[in-house]
Amino acid sequence: MVLKSNQLKIFGLIIGIILLIVLMFGSLILGYTDTSWKLAYEAFTSFDGSNEHIIIQNVRLPRSLIGAVVGACLAVAGALMQALTKNPLASPDVFGISAGAGFFLVIGVSIFYVDSLQAFTWIAFAGAAFTAFVVYFIGSFGREGLTPMKLTLAGAAMAGLFASLTQGLLVVNESALDQVLFWLAGSVQGRKLESLHTILPYVIPALIISMIMAQKINVLTMGEAVAKGLGQRTGFVKILAALIIIVLGGGAVAVAGPISFIGIVIPHFARFLVGHDHRWIIPYSAVLGGALLVIADILARFIIMPEEVPVGVMTALIGTPVFVYIARRGFGQK
Amino acid sequence: MKKYFRLRLGSDKISFLIDKKALITSLILLVIVLTIFIFSTSIGEVIISPLNVVKTFFGYGNEMENLFVYSFRLPRIIIALLVGICLAVAGAILQGLIRNPLASPDIIGITGGGSVAVVVFLMLFSNKNNALTVSIEWMPVAAFIGTTIIGLLVYLLSWKNGSSSIRLVLIGIGLSMLTQSLTTLFMIKGPIYQAAQANVWITGTVYASTWEHVRVLLPVVIILLLVSLISVRRVNIQELGDELATGVGSAVQKNRLFLLILSTALTGSAVAFAGAIGFVGLMAPHIARRLVGSSFGALLPVSALIGAILVMVADLIGRTLFSPLEVPAGVFTAAIGAPYFIYLLYKSRNN
Repeated sequence: MVLKSNQLKIFGLIIGIILLIVLMFGSLILGYTDTSWKLAYEAFTSFDGSNEHIIIQNVRLPRSLIGAVVGACLAVAGALMQALTKNPLASPDVFGISAGAGFFLVIGVSIFYVDSLQAFTWIAFAGAAFTAFVVYFIGSFGREGLTPMKLTLAGAAMAGLFASLTQGLLVVNESALDQVLFWLAGSVQGRKLESLHTILPYVIPALIISMIMAQKINVLTMGEAVAKGLGQRTGFVKILAALIIIVLGGGAVAVAGPISFIGIVIPHFARFLVGHDHRWIIPYSAVLGGALLVIADILARFIIMPEEVPVGVMTALIGTPVFVYIARRGFGQK
Repeated sequence: MKKYFRLRLGSDKISFLIDKKALITSLILLVIVLTIFIFSTSIGEVIISPLNVVKTFFGYGNEMENLFVYSFRLPRIIIALLVGICLAVAGAILQGLIRNPLASPDIIGITGGGSVAVVVFLMLFSNKNNALTVSIEWMPVAAFIGTTIIGLLVYLLSWKNGSSSIRLVLIGIGLSMLTQSLTTLFMIKGPIYQAAQANVWITGTVYASTWEHVRVLLPVVIILLLVSLISVRRVNIQELGDELATGVGSAVQKNRLFLLILSTALTGSAVAFAGAIGFVGLMAPHIARRLVGSSFGALLPVSALIGAILVMVADLIGRTLFSPLEVPAGVFTAAIGAPYFIYLLYKSRNN
């Protein structure tokens, strides 16, 4: 824990929020089309229909907002999953939840020709919920119940299965491929603000509830027996947390596709900063997750200019070393 | 009845102990492989009776039969056979090597490394008409380089006062996610037509195999299989665990590296021509172990035959069941493999 006193933690959180806002503004002006702060300001105050103004309003603003929201959702979902499963590698992508939501979406697009954003969201939620249930069920086989290793393996297997089936569907239906290939790579580029509007009514309450129930999560991480002894209805807390994870994970995937590693990396970074109190971990995860995705998205524009790298690839590049570090450190120690 | 019988050659200079059960199992499997081989050759858009297929093999087919058998079906089926063998043997070696029954080339990212390498290869060496500018013989080399890099990376990164199998699997899972991202990246960099092609290939398919492919793959597989057979003892010793293996005089680290390279070479050869066909490297050795036990001399040929059966059947289903659509073989191996994997998790639940 770096930030020891509560004052420092509040100060750190404020700095984090300022950083996130600066990055979101940066996301408005940085990119292939050269713009400035002044232009960005004018685009909103005195819109004149020029190319730059259109790009800022219609292309970069959605990216910036979507990046921040999706990053926050993934990081908080990861933090909750890690707390709930006591598995440092838990996150929506490693446990196959993103792949499951993706598979359901591809079925929707290629077989049922779904194209409404509202329907997309619900399909993604359904896929996320289904996979979460299956992985949790498989992971808790056996006498000693849910172990970190079994959960990870079950998640990896389901992720592999869904990835293969998704590929298979796309192979037999090439017209769907064009539509979903970029989405499958995980990206916030070319997303419309409407797709954000569709998920906000679900993810904002989910984020708020996750912060309210942080104290209950703290109690739960002390162990089921202790939590019960302290009078917690652990079943209720777990189910609520699972619902939040599904809403956050499914919502993020519906908008941006499976973006990996933010859900693993950020909660660890948050714990490094503020220790093991989820009342701090959750808000820090939300802010830092948003910031990381926005930075990754800005970098994605520059790496192979004039083309763009899908931001999911960027986060994978940033996240793999951290993943390896965590895996090396092993389970059991915090 | 004794369990083994001896085979001695040249005044006892060379001798083998042959496990009778394994020999009988292998022979039965070999018959199954041959049956599927003939059956698969006879089914397709035009059905040729199995009898005529056999006739065609011996040069007595009519023109149409010759065309279908030799030009369209045989190269593809042979590639499926070889790829199944490669993946299964690679999986068997890997599982013996890291003593984890859940390890397989695709779960720990080695197959993914091959995929990245081949997508990069296609991107670098294709002209505007999507024709390769260099000989296709280089493709297995590229795949081999890719699988080796990831294999070594997984091994090195999981090294911490020795390598533990749990770390190896976890780090492998992490790296396999990285390779998936990179593959997508390079697919998007290529023109969309190529992306569609690469997409088929990444799922794993033996579609569009040619005699050219067979000509490149066959000798590679034969050499690697011979090397694997010679290395049987090394794997057996490795399975005892590091301390015991060192105790009986095995150069554990050197052997481990050698076996890892052998396994990545086998995976690379398969990936080069059939893409990332998943779960065969996991399933085949398991089924083999249930049939003949875990002594590697018996395990290796039995795994190889089971691997061949799995891929040939997956391909047969993929090209006939949904005809005229072609479903890549990898979809079926995953559809059977993932539940099997879950079953294995379930079975190993108490240890």
